[in-house]
Amino acid sequence: MSGIFAPGTPVRVRDDWPETRGPVHIRTPHYLRGKPGTVVRRLGTFPNPEDLAFARPAAERPLYHVAFAQDAVWPDGRSGDTLLVELYDHWLELDEHRQEPGP
Amino acid sequence: MDSNEPRAHHDLGGVSKFLCEKVDIEPHALTDFDREVDALVSIVRMKRLMTVDELRRGIEAIPEETYHRLSYYRRWVRSLADNLIRKGLVTEAELQAALRRE
Repeated sequence: MSGIFAPGTPVRVRDDWPETRGPVHIRTPHYLRGKPGTVVRRLGTFPNPEDLAFARPAAERPLYHVAFAQDAVWPDGRSGDTLLVELYDHWLELDEHRQEPGP
Repeated sequence: MDSNEPRAHHDLGGVSKFLCEKVDIEPHALTDFDREVDALVSIVRMKRLMTVDELRRGIEAIPEETYHRLSYYRRWVRSLADNLIRKGLVTEAELQAALRRE
């Protein structure tokens, strides 16, 4: 759990691959792992789908809209184009070394 | 980018081999089978016997070759059957017997 991120916070998606360690249900697309983004807004808290998928008790997790520069995600992404993705708190890390404003 | 990543086979966003395929954006008519599967899943969810997340987990667990061969609702019905058997709500024998009666 990384805490509460305010809008504008530079974050980085965890470069983690749980699908290599056994059966999982994860809603963080592969192409965002390790990518830098910027928190746009909090969407509320929701029971963690990674646990709901296996009928396990599911803790409430904050969900965010996170914006990514497309040229940081896709090889042919155009500068200035952004991608907005819903990501759970536990997939995000504070990107302390990135000072420049995100998309 | 996709060759070195251990992505799950259903996690298709941005995978370059699909960039060469035209996206089918035409509306598709639902078959009677599609409607029946949708109704079954709706009932099971309304009765709180299965969450949408469990439905998705079951779909993602379909082996890759089968996954790409099955239609949208055939994936659903396969996950539904998998979930109902996992929960002990139907047995494998009951499912096989019902399929033989079809």
